[in-house]
Amino acid sequence: MSELAAGRVRPAEGPAEPWPDNYLTAEQGLGSWLLTTDHKRIALLYMATLLAFFVIGGFGAVMIRLELFTPEQDLMTADAYNRMFTLHGTVMVWFFLVPSIPNTLGNFLLPLMIGARDLAFPRVNLLSWYLFVGAGLLLVVALVAGGVDTGWTFYTPFSTMFSNGYVLLAALAVILAGFSSIATGLNFIATVHLLRAPGMHWFRLPLLVWALYGTSVVMVLATPVLAASLLLIVAERAFGLPVFDPAQGGDPLLFQHLFWFYSHPAVYIMILPSFGVISEIVTCFARRRIFGYTFMVYAILWIAVVGFLVWGHHMFVSGQSLFTSLVFSFLSFVIAVPSAIKVFNWTFTLYRGQITFEAPMLYALGFIGLFTLGGLTGLFLAAIPIDVHVTDTYFVVAHFHFIMVGGAVTALYGGLSFWWPKITGRLYPEGWARFAAILMFFGFAFTFFPMFVMGFAGMPRRYAAYPPEFQIWHVMSSCGAVLLAAAYLLPMAYLTFSLFRGARATDDPWDATGLEWRTASPPPRGNFGVLPVVAEGPYLYHPEAEGPHHSEREPHQNQGGNL
Amino acid sequence: MSGIAFWPPAASEVAAGVDAIVIAMLAISGAIVLLVAALLLGFAIRYRRGSAARRGELPELIQKEVEVGWTAATAFLAMFLFAWASIAVLGGQRGDPDALEIHILARQWMWKARHPDGAREIDALHLPRGEPVRLVMRSEDVIHSFYVPSFRLKQDVLPGRMTQLSLKPTQTGEFPLFCAEYCGTLHSRMLGKVVVMEPEDYARWRAAQPQADDLAREGRALFESVGCSGCHAPASRVHAPELRGLYGRQVALADGSVRRADEAYLRDSILQPRRDIAAGYEPVMPPFAGILGEGELQAILAYLMSMPARGASPGEPRNMSSEP
Repeated sequence: MSELAAGRVRPAEGPAEPWPDNYLTAEQGLGSWLLTTDHKRIALLYMATLLAFFVIGGFGAVMIRLELFTPEQDLMTADAYNRMFTLHGTVMVWFFLVPSIPNTLGNFLLPLMIGARDLAFPRVNLLSWYLFVGAGLLLVVALVAGGVDTGWTFYTPFSTMFSNGYVLLAALAVILAGFSSIATGLNFIATVHLLRAPGMHWFRLPLLVWALYGTSVVMVLATPVLAASLLLIVAERAFGLPVFDPAQGGDPLLFQHLFWFYSHPAVYIMILPSFGVISEIVTCFARRRIFGYTFMVYAILWIAVVGFLVWGHHMFVSGQSLFTSLVFSFLSFVIAVPSAIKVFNWTFTLYRGQITFEAPMLYALGFIGLFTLGGLTGLFLAAIPIDVHVTDTYFVVAHFHFIMVGGAVTALYGGLSFWWPKITGRLYPEGWARFAAILMFFGFAFTFFPMFVMGFAGMPRRYAAYPPEFQIWHVMSSCGAVLLAAAYLLPMAYLTFSLFRGARATDDPWDATGLEWRTASPPPRGNFGVLPVVAEGPYLYHPEAEGPHHSEREPHQNQGGNL
Repeated sequence: MSGIAFWPPAASEVAAGVDAIVIAMLAISGAIVLLVAALLLGFAIRYRRGSAARRGELPELIQKEVEVGWTAATAFLAMFLFAWASIAVLGGQRGDPDALEIHILARQWMWKARHPDGAREIDALHLPRGEPVRLVMRSEDVIHSFYVPSFRLKQDVLPGRMTQLSLKPTQTGEFPLFCAEYCGTLHSRMLGKVVVMEPEDYARWRAAQPQADDLAREGRALFESVGCSGCHAPASRVHAPELRGLYGRQVALADGSVRRADEAYLRDSILQPRRDIAAGYEPVMPPFAGILGEGELQAILAYLMSMPARGASPGEPRNMSSEP
C-alpha cells in the first residue's frame, strides 16, 4: 500500500508549487474568475454555488426530520412545515441534483476526457452559470420573502388558485434554471460531436462522456416542456387565464401530464451521469476493462429514450384510464432492464480484477448496493396494484431518495474524491475518506430504509403530524439522518483541509487510463500541451492475454500517446 | 390502532391479491439483492489485489452470451411481473351494477360522505362488510386522494371531474382514512376513519341517522328552484333538449360531431352551455358557471344521471347504477 501511495505523491525534490502555469494560478483576481471562459474554472464556480444550495436544501431536510421525530406537530406550524418540504424539494431537485454531476464534474472533465481544449461554446458555458445564479437568487428571494407551500410538484389547481406562497417567483426561478440546463446540454452535445480528439471514435468514448451526452439530450428535449407547463401556471395564477381551473373548462390533470413529461426524464438527468462516474471508478480500482462496453452504451441510450415514455406511472391513481396506466406500467417495467444490465456489468467488471479499496471505490460499491435496492423497489411502483397502495406514501419517498441520494449523491462524492487530485493537484487524507464513504452507506440505509416499511404500512407523505404507530420508523429515520449529515459534512472538511495541507498529487495518482490523466494535475489553462491522439478504446487496464502478477504495479497503456 | 405499524390488515377483497404480489416481489428482489451482494462481496474478496486467485482472459463462458442471457432473463422477469400485476388489476375492475353507491365530497380539509337514503357523515364512512360498494367522489377545491391503507386502495379526488372507487370490505373494524395528495395547510389533518360493520349493523346504523333527501332528490329540487325545469321540463314551451335518459346516450352536436353524454359532458353543458351545442337547438341557455356551487352541481348531476328514459315512471329518481 505504501508503495502504491508513493506513486501518488509528487516527489519532495520537485518544485513546491506543482507547476506555475496551471489553470488555478494562470490568472489572478476576482475578475479572472467571474469573467472566465475556462470550463474548469466554471466547474469550480458551479461547485461553490451548488454547495450553497446543498446546504440550504439540507437545512430543509434537517427541519423536516426534526419535526417528524414526534407524531405531534410541535416544532413548527403546519404552514411552516409545508414550506420546509417545498424548499427542500425545489432546491434539491433543480438547484442541486439536476446540475450536480453534469455541471461540476461534467463541466470539468468532458473536454479533458475527449481531448479538447474547452467546451464548444465557452461563453455560453459562463452564461449558463450566470443564468443559474440568477435563478438561484430569485428562488432565495422567494424563500426569504415567505416561501412556497405547493411542494416541488406545483400541482394545480392548488398552485394556481389556492396556494398563498410565492409560487410565481419560484416558478420563474425554476424556468430560468431550466434555461441554464438547456445551455449546458446544448454545449455538451456540440462538444461531443465536434471536439473529440483525432481517433476518439464514438465507441472509444469513456462511459462518463456517453452518460453526459445522454443526459444532455434528455435535458434539451425535456426542459422546454417544464418551462411551458410552469408558464401555464404563471398565466393562470397571474393573469387569470383559465387553463387548469375546472370551473371554467380547464383540466387540472393536464398539468400533471406536462409536469411529469419533464420530471420523469429529469430523474434520469439526475441518475445517468452517476452511471458514468461509477463506470470510471469501478474499472480503475478493479484494474479491469468494463464488462460489456457496448451494452453499457446502449443501456444509457435506451434509458434516455424510454425515459420519455413512462411519465404516466406517476398518475396511476389520478383517474386516468386503466388502459393508459397499463401501457405506462409496461414501459416502466421495460426501463428496469437497462438498469439491471448496468448493475450486472459493474459487478462482473470486478471478476478477475486486481481490486483495491480506496475511498472512491468504496463510494462506488456503496452506490451499486443502494442503487440496486432503489431500482428493485422501482419494480414495485411499476406494478399498478402495488403502486395504488404505496404511491404518495413514504415508500415512494424512500424509493426516489435511494436513487437520487443513495445513488446520485454518493456517486458525486465518489467522483469528487476520484478526480480531486486532478482538479486541485492535492491528495485528501485517505483514511478519513474511507471512513466517510462507509458512514455514508450505513447512514443512508439507516435513514431511508425505515421509510419503505412505514410507507407500506400506510404513512402518507407531506404530513407534519402523523398517527403514533408510525413513530418508531420516523425516529429511526431521524437518527440515521444525523449519521448521514455527518457523512456529508466530513468530506467537505477533509477536502477543504487537503486544499491547504494535502500532499501534492502526481498527474495520474490512481494509475488510471483516460485522457484527463494524461495531462498535469491541475491541468494547464488549455488542458493539454499537445493535443492527444487516440489509438485505443477506453479502460485498457488489463492486457488482452494475461493479468499482471499481483506484486507488480499494473502497467497501463497511454491512450493519448506521449505528450 | 396502537403499537407499531408494520403490515396493515387486509380488509378488502383486493388486499389479499395485492399482498400476494408484494410478497412474491419481495422474495424475487430479495433473491436479486442477495445475488448481487454475494457477487460483489465474493469478487471483492477473491480478486482483491494480491490474492492468489487466477486472473487473465475471461473464460469462454463469460462472453457476450452471458450479457445477452441476463438481459433476456431480466426482460422476461419484468414481463412476467407486469403480466401478473396487470391481470390482477384488470380482474378487480369489474364494477358491480348493484353496488351500494355512496357519494364522497372532499374539501380542504374534510371528507363528507352521503349514503343512498341521505344519511350523512363527516370524516367517517360506515360500510357493510361483504357488500360491493362504489364511492363516487368529487372535490370542491383542490385535488385530494382517498386512501385507506387496509383496503390497499387509493383514488385521487378531483375538482370538476368525478372519480370512482369500487371495493368490497371483507373485515369488520375501524380503519384509518388518509388524504394522500398534498392539499394545503392542514393536509396532515385531513383524516377520517372507515368503519366496516356487519350488514345488519350497517342497516341499523343507517336507519338511526337523521333522514334527509338523497343527492338525486336534492338535485331534483334544485332543478326546479334554479330554473332548469323552466325550459327542460317536458311541458315547457321552450325548445330545449329532452334530458330524460340523456345520460350515457350519444348526442349529435351542431358542428356535426357526436359525443357521449357522460358526466363531463353534462357538467360542461351546465357550466358552459355554448361549448357543445346539441344539433337542432338554439344556443339560448345561460352559463351557470359561478352560479352553482360544487355541491349543488353535484346534486343536479346526480339527478340528471338518475332520470330514466321516457316511458319509464317519470320523475322518480332511481339509484344511479350504470357505469359512466
